[in-house]
Amino acid sequence: MKTDSTAVGMTVRGTVMHEGSPSTGPGILAQLWDKGWVRRAGLLILLCALWEWYATRLANPLMVPTFSATLQALVDAVRSGGLPARIVTSFKILLTGYGIGVLLALILAMAATMTRLGSDLLELCTSMFNPLPAIALLPLALLWFGLGNGSIIFVLIHAVLWPVALSAHGGFSAVNGTIRMVGRNYGLSGIRYAAVILIPAAFPSLLTGLRNGWAFAWRTLIAAELVFGVSSGSGGIGWFIYENKQQLEIPSVFAGLITVILIGIAVENLIFDRIERATVVKWGMKSSGGRNVKIRSAA
Amino acid sequence: MAAVADTPLLSVKGVTLRYRDQNGIVTATDKVEFQVSRGDRVVLLGPSGCGKSTLLKAVGGFLAPSEGNITLNGRQVAGPGPDRVMVFQEFDQLLPWKTVRENVAFGLLASRSLPKGEAHERALEAIRTVHLEQFADAYPHTLSGGMKQRVAIARCLAMKPEIILMDEPFAALDALSRRRMQDELLELWSEYQFTMLFVTHSIEEALLLGSRIVVMSPHPGRVEEIIEAEQLQAAAGAHPEIAERIRQVLFRDAPDYVI
Repeated sequence: MKTDSTAVGMTVRGTVMHEGSPSTGPGILAQLWDKGWVRRAGLLILLCALWEWYATRLANPLMVPTFSATLQALVDAVRSGGLPARIVTSFKILLTGYGIGVLLALILAMAATMTRLGSDLLELCTSMFNPLPAIALLPLALLWFGLGNGSIIFVLIHAVLWPVALSAHGGFSAVNGTIRMVGRNYGLSGIRYAAVILIPAAFPSLLTGLRNGWAFAWRTLIAAELVFGVSSGSGGIGWFIYENKQQLEIPSVFAGLITVILIGIAVENLIFDRIERATVVKWGMKSSGGRNVKIRSAA
Repeated sequence: MAAVADTPLLSVKGVTLRYRDQNGIVTATDKVEFQVSRGDRVVLLGPSGCGKSTLLKAVGGFLAPSEGNITLNGRQVAGPGPDRVMVFQEFDQLLPWKTVRENVAFGLLASRSLPKGEAHERALEAIRTVHLEQFADAYPHTLSGGMKQRVAIARCLAMKPEIILMDEPFAALDALSRRRMQDELLELWSEYQFTMLFVTHSIEEALLLGSRIVVMSPHPGRVEEIIEAEQLQAAAGAHPEIAERIRQVLFRDAPDYVI
């Protein structure tokens, strides 16, 4: 069975190799084509060109502005300082909500790992609240905390808390018995045991949880800002999009959306990937399970 | 002075260990009794299921005996502590997020035995004694199985514990590395004269490493025979007749096909 599957795998890889290195030999173009980022950059340029072509043909900037107009709007918004200020506002709120959410999640997961009742509580709460989209709590949040950052932070905490607590609890429970015994052997207990043994040992799962939590928080933040950035004088990026739509500055709406995408990518690749390389990969603890969870959250 | 030398370092008296699994309560050992003096290399030898590992964990303080008591230096063992350091069979006893040096220093720091600077110095010393100084800054996942076990031994030596508890530390190694590790362990012992309680199911290993051998039988674990240092020394190196005797003790009640 096992030999069969490896044999198939090797044949498949063999075919790919043949297609990847055409009869022309390893020319510079072929070598470039073998690099993933070159192929993706090529596709991206193609998509942007299609957009430009379609928008120009449509000639209705109120519906679909051209790519170049969007780019121009983005550059203008950055230059005028309007967009950077919005980004700062968004991040302040985001980090507050994310920070509180992660902290609560760690406490909850810790309690769930140490006590049976805590584990029941976590299971009950996550099964109840995880299916509830954070944005659905917005009306209630408005009622409780009024128009303002308090409401957004409340919704963000809800978005972050449950998925992070679940990952953290999974990670803590999966810490192997030998490492636990080693920790206790050297006299660790309580908070020190958690800080020195449990958290680093569960770090691969924790990082996956933090990633998922970030993805949920970012989407929730933009959605919440779209709904009621209206009230607060200095709105975030969501409010920037909403405001420009009201003023029919459609290229700026597109620019806002591109900003949301760019920031999302930047945080994933610059921050989380870097943390992963500096920790889990360096320690040889990278689990293949992490990737799957990440894909599911992005869907 | 004489009185101190006479009282055993570790004394296991009438220890019965029970634990619960999915089929109910299992009796791992039944009224086990033996003693370890300072500088002894006592081997707990027996087939799987004789409760030798469970017994070692009880000495480590990870589970409490249902009957009898375990005392170290006359004080009852009440929980895990850095005066009894365990070396496990599993390679993942090293903390993967710490380098070799940090792993060895970890024990000293976690138990608050030494301040940071001194802990790292002593860690380096211990790493040198197991010949891994070149790998002091390597992460455990880059090491071979034998090297990982050496780091674990270094971590335990650095602690200078009252007694070292070894739970089949070489069982997961290939035959060659195992042989080398056994020799190195004996070399380390002749240099530092530490007290060690070593669990194994290999008669060969027991004869090689033990200054005393506690032979145990399974279901539930009982002490069948204790082979004293004099007998082992008298046989000097080759112990075919002792090996044969142990085999007879171990397989006395076993059906033929087991052998």
